[in-house]
Amino acid sequence: MVAKAKKPQNEPEEPVVVEESTPDLELPGLKLDMKPFDVRDCALLSLATGVSVQTLREFREALLSVHPSSIYHHFWGRLLQAHFDEPEYNNDFAGWAIHGLDDRSLAERLAVIDPTDYEDIEQLRTEVIDIVEQRLDESELLAWTRADQPFHFIRAQIVVLGTGIRVSDPVEMVKVISEMSSGGVFYHFIDARTRTEERTDDFSAWLGGYGYEYVDLIRELVMLDPYFSSLKEIRRKLAAIFEGYFQGRAQ
Amino acid sequence: MSDLLDQYAQAVGQNVIGQLRHLAAPLKGLKVVHVNSTREGGGVAEILHKFIPLKNALGLDVSWEVIEGNKDFFKVTKSFHNGLQGNTVALTDRLLAAYEKVNQQNAERLRPKLEEADVVIIHDPQPAALLSLCPNRRGKWIWRCHIDASRPYRPVWRYLKGWIKDYDASIFSLAEFARRLPHPLYLIPPSIDPLSEKNMDLPAKEVHSVFSKFDLDPARPIILQVSRFDRFKDPLGVIEAYRLAKKFVPLQLVLAGGGASDDPEGQIVLDEVNAAVGDDDDIHVLLLPSDAHRTINALQRASDIVLQKSIKEGFGLTVTEAMWKGRPVIGGDTGGIRLQVINHYTGFLVRTPEGAALRIRYLLHHREKLETMGRRAKRLVKENFLLTRHLKEYLALMISLLRGAEERIEVIS
Repeated sequence: MVAKAKKPQNEPEEPVVVEESTPDLELPGLKLDMKPFDVRDCALLSLATGVSVQTLREFREALLSVHPSSIYHHFWGRLLQAHFDEPEYNNDFAGWAIHGLDDRSLAERLAVIDPTDYEDIEQLRTEVIDIVEQRLDESELLAWTRADQPFHFIRAQIVVLGTGIRVSDPVEMVKVISEMSSGGVFYHFIDARTRTEERTDDFSAWLGGYGYEYVDLIRELVMLDPYFSSLKEIRRKLAAIFEGYFQGRAQ
Repeated sequence: MSDLLDQYAQAVGQNVIGQLRHLAAPLKGLKVVHVNSTREGGGVAEILHKFIPLKNALGLDVSWEVIEGNKDFFKVTKSFHNGLQGNTVALTDRLLAAYEKVNQQNAERLRPKLEEADVVIIHDPQPAALLSLCPNRRGKWIWRCHIDASRPYRPVWRYLKGWIKDYDASIFSLAEFARRLPHPLYLIPPSIDPLSEKNMDLPAKEVHSVFSKFDLDPARPIILQVSRFDRFKDPLGVIEAYRLAKKFVPLQLVLAGGGASDDPEGQIVLDEVNAAVGDDDDIHVLLLPSDAHRTINALQRASDIVLQKSIKEGFGLTVTEAMWKGRPVIGGDTGGIRLQVINHYTGFLVRTPEGAALRIRYLLHHREKLETMGRRAKRLVKENFLLTRHLKEYLALMISLLRGAEERIEVIS
């Protein structure tokens, strides 16, 4: 199969022809789909689940049954909800381990979990449970220690909105991303990982539709780790990646 | 009206306002009514004063109704407030009858408007019975609880739950405040308005004017607590902390508060405070009118440290206000103060007057830490607790309720 990639600005007239037999590259979203990029926005709502725990054993039991949107919320919700932008630990579970249970070992092990490493929420849940069970095996006392503050499981609800903005040329992304709301950055760069076939961000998936034309840009996007940044920082970095790429190309 | 949105765009950024417009688009023309029990005094009234014009500027059709009550009504609703916060209170049949009668009277007046609305948001327990008195309602009804109801006095909660359980949703400020109810429980922290008289930037001259106006010495540090005269705010504990710290550092204390028309206990607590002050000229108890916003703003900016040594606290908007002005806060380790005062980063959480005194001394001794914490405090508020974030969540919640409250709601036109 041969497909014509879309002509970017500042490029010669000849169409770029992409052969299916191009050498192997580990690229997300490598499909030849040329639809415009629909810019969306989103808001995350938090809901109480009514589940709160005060010991590590109770925490483990709750983790087994709590709704997947609750696991999602406690790893990613901090980006769109009230939080301190220099947290000691990057997910709510690790935060409770230290501030509630005063168990630094557990906090460190939970904090190192990067949710982008897991195929889906269920795999992520299993990893958290494994770590908690390992800690329970190590310390009999911890099973009965009552936390200073209970852990309240919260679940997330996401409201996704159209913005009316459509991008048909990747170079337009430089401006669009710099003006994107935090909700838009969350939806396209974070939430996308849970809903796209390729488990990647929407920008990479869309650029993949251009065949190998934007391989280098996609590589840079994939390298951007969202887990330790605020949405503002992610927006700034994304805009810089797009701008740098197209400036380089223009030269 | 777009001028108003432009003003906010300057304060919070154009992309934040853009997001509000996206959220408001599917709600255009929606009839929304807020109901509470006072137009002046307290955080709820302050938020509503700005919420209404902003929502209208975004294309919604929003209005605000205040229920009218009598002395017995406000007495029993104050008992509800205290009871929700865990105090044992006496609920007599006479007082409960007064509560129901006042709600009935207000329902007669407001029924046509409430039954016709698409969304009705009832704030706190005072107007909670209105839902059951509007049987032909067609919209979604939301009960907004601004109070820490985590450990309520059971008879109070049992009584109120009877009125609240039939709402379509509730909103609590924090997960720990939420009570089990048979409908979705949304979590939305409140906010402050960066453009209001209480939070806007002030000229240095106006800030300095409080020194002469209230007989304060600009050469000695000032610590301040702004709150109603309410036992849960622990003003006596603040005086004790000041006295403990003053043994080591020169210090002045300002206790600035006002009354609210729905708080009959204020005078009793104020009398206790005045008795504790005695003849100490360095404690300034200021009973300010409910519209003294610029004065409070100037006092917060003129202070070195702000205290909010509450024993129980809903969210603690006075904490947010002080942090917005770059002041570190020494706050009680309770309720919404925990969400704002990140211990050792934006201030200190304390449980006793002794703890507060120690932190006052520490911050006055380490001025550079005081400045750093103040800068972090301001940043935390800018990112999380301004009116625009609050409004965003209300709009998203309305979309959620009107579309069926599923886990993922897509409104793509």
